[in-house]
Amino acid sequence: MSIDTQLFEGKLIRLAPIDHEKDPEVESRWTHDLSLLRALWRKPAMPLSVAQMKKKYEAIEKEVDESKRLFHFTIRGKEDGRLLGFVRIEGVEWTHGIASLKLAIGDPVEREKGYGREALQLILRFAFSELNLYRLSAVVGEDNPAALNFFKRFGFVEEVRRRKALLRDGQTWDSIHLGLLKDEWLAINLKEEDHHE
Amino acid sequence: MNTNLLYGNLVRLTAEEPQEHAGVYAMWNRDSEFMRLLDAEPAYPPSVKKLTELIQRDQEKDPPAFYLFTIRTLEGDKLVGFIGLDGDAFPHGELFVGIAIGEREDWGKGYGTDAMKVILRYAFQELNLRRVSLDTFEYNPRAIRSYEKAGFVHEGRAKGYLNREGQRWDLLFMGILREEWLAKDTG
Amino acid sequence: MNNNLLTGELVHLTAENPEVMAECFSRWYQDTEWLRLLDTDAPRLLSVKKWKEWLEKDLEKDLTDGVFFAIRALEGDILIGFIGLFDLYHQHGDTLVAIALGERKYLGNGYGTDAMRVMLCYAFNELNLRRVGLIVFEYNPRAIRSYEKAGFIPEGRIRGAILREGKRWDWLYMGILRDEWLAKRIMIS
Repeated sequence: MSIDTQLFEGKLIRLAPIDHEKDPEVESRWTHDLSLLRALWRKPAMPLSVAQMKKKYEAIEKEVDESKRLFHFTIRGKEDGRLLGFVRIEGVEWTHGIASLKLAIGDPVEREKGYGREALQLILRFAFSELNLYRLSAVVGEDNPAALNFFKRFGFVEEVRRRKALLRDGQTWDSIHLGLLKDEWLAINLKEEDHHE
Repeated sequence: MNTNLLYGNLVRLTAEEPQEHAGVYAMWNRDSEFMRLLDAEPAYPPSVKKLTELIQRDQEKDPPAFYLFTIRTLEGDKLVGFIGLDGDAFPHGELFVGIAIGEREDWGKGYGTDAMKVILRYAFQELNLRRVSLDTFEYNPRAIRSYEKAGFVHEGRAKGYLNREGQRWDLLFMGILREEWLAKDTG
Repeated sequence: MNNNLLTGELVHLTAENPEVMAECFSRWYQDTEWLRLLDTDAPRLLSVKKWKEWLEKDLEKDLTDGVFFAIRALEGDILIGFIGLFDLYHQHGDTLVAIALGERKYLGNGYGTDAMRVMLCYAFNELNLRRVGLIVFEYNPRAIRSYEKAGFIPEGRIRGAILREGKRWDWLYMGILRDEWLAKRIMIS
């Protein structure tokens, strides 16, 4: 990988900006699946209208522009540019080189196709080779084993278990913090490159 | 995990679109019987603009002041009403529920009862409330029956609270506790 | 029912006007040893005026996602620090707590521990929460000991989250569940 490698282009997907015209309707639809909201956030799952989604996108871009601590990308199909999901690096603490990561493929029908995997590969490279971060965190509920496996496959390690922090459907679940250090990511990448040579 | 938390048998709950829905709500509010069944405030039809602003204002509150949804039929995807949870007693795990089915032709079809079942599941499984309360008017027997069917228990009445058409009517209080809902819920 | 919910043995928790807290914050934040125990943000020395604006804006926010108290020593009613809940999720019954004593001479004398005891009572008996968590930095052993005494249990570490003085340090997460808190109270009484 070198300076001229495209940071945001994958084989199946690309990381792209928000399309304020097309995206609100798509993501509004996704938010009516409460299990997706539960996977992403801890606040009460509430679906968002198209109008609310529009406002949210405006707020996101404003924060990206002003806070300098947020990098929000849409995940779009490479062929047709359709919105598949989003990935973001948030809460950047520049003096320590740390941040958190969130990724979602909105429509369940589009999952398990490799889009999430590619998006995560791209964002990790962005985080470690462009933002020069030391480490990334991801917060996942114990009630989301798919996400736990997804991050662990990329080398994320379980670091914190906030016991019974979540209460859903009458059951308590731990809130799990996973972490990946840049050195660990480099080691994994080097191993993969060896396989390709 | 229940992914269809917002789906019932006849209806589903969706987010409000301020512009689109305000128009429909304004139409319903032209029927004074609708307003008098819903609200103790003097019946007065609000404009579309006013309703749009109200919806937008409520949506701006974060976390939400109301958990307000529109009710749409599963068959035909028709917007038939709205339902929401409201309150501020967070440490006590209690909220008030309010519901309205807009058009006469949609009354008595079970939409309200179904929507109420969905919102109770949301209240107890997502918001983890301990109880849900409501108040309703003595002159709305259809609603009272619907709430009883959904599991609400009569808890008392404020006698002669309402004054309409030269008569006094009671305000009825009903509630359902988490344990009662769990016992009732067949999954 | 305990109606002195906010009063402990050495301290009581109070609500203060923005200008009062602003003066304290502006002064305390200049003590970087104190600040580095509390915060990972790089210190910016803000004026009293700026602090006041910031605190006033904060007051306008809904109280549903946190509470904030000043800590006052019972003797002399001196404002010595603050304690607050943040990231509060009522539907999960979970929150994080943060405490800091800005007046140095009150450190190490049980004031912090007392304030934490009062706050836990408030969290579990008034807000009816199920658990309280916190984050403490690896290089703050005094605080770690104090939290362990209060009943908090370690829940893991975010590795190398802090880079200060050329060295990497961890964030330690700790938490106490309602049942654990109740058991501890019975032990004490």
